[in-house]
Amino acid sequence: MPNAQDMLFKTLADPTRRAIFERLCREGEKTVGELTARAGVSQPAVSKHLGVLKQAGLVRDRHEGRQTHYSAQLGALAPLIDWTSQMAGFWQSRFDHLEDLLKRMDQ
Amino acid sequence: MNQTSTETRSVTVEREFPYPPEKLWRALTQPHLIEEWLMKNDFHPKVGHSFNLRGDWGGVLDCEVLAVEPNRTLSYTWNFKHDDDAYNLESVVTFTLTPTGTGTHLRMEQSGFRPNQKQAYGGAHAGWQKFLANLEQVMARAD
Repeated sequence: MPNAQDMLFKTLADPTRRAIFERLCREGEKTVGELTARAGVSQPAVSKHLGVLKQAGLVRDRHEGRQTHYSAQLGALAPLIDWTSQMAGFWQSRFDHLEDLLKRMDQ
Repeated sequence: MNQTSTETRSVTVEREFPYPPEKLWRALTQPHLIEEWLMKNDFHPKVGHSFNLRGDWGGVLDCEVLAVEPNRTLSYTWNFKHDDDAYNLESVVTFTLTPTGTGTHLRMEQSGFRPNQKQAYGGAHAGWQKFLANLEQVMARAD
């Protein structure tokens, strides 16, 4: 899948964009505001980067009220990496979700 | 299930949660709760039950319950069919819950990666940060 790989490499070649994506991988879902606070660039610039990442399938957005939450889509990197790396990253992020769920569950 | 004679490998992720095993067990075995942290599913905690996990990327996993020991162990197959053999996966996921003084230690082991995925196994332990760091070098060479 050379075209898919080209697109992923191009998308992640920009250091600011890559930093945003890495942060979403490491820390889970974030809003534009939260990302801007540490990105070192303006909010419109962060939004633009998120748009490019979304187009490449690397992030997805989820609307909640007036906020939009962005999360990394590790599966989009599949053309670049092997299954097991993907699985380890996948399970780490799912455990994050599990932790959030347990906090919300009663008792 | 102990396949010492075959050269399969596994991925393990472990974490401790500040809750009793009973609570984690609910999150691992009740479909509406599984959906909240893992995927959409038609899971039922009964050995032999076949079900699907549906990822939000559109992928569908074929699964069958292998072991159910309430509050202790849950195991099911995790198979992903793909035309490209490199992405084809037949594996087993096992959750082991161990009570600790302050909560529960959860261990997830996914095993069954084939010998020709050995390289992939090595990559799994390197983790994402290393991968992303390496990506920079790869891109420098790709020009």
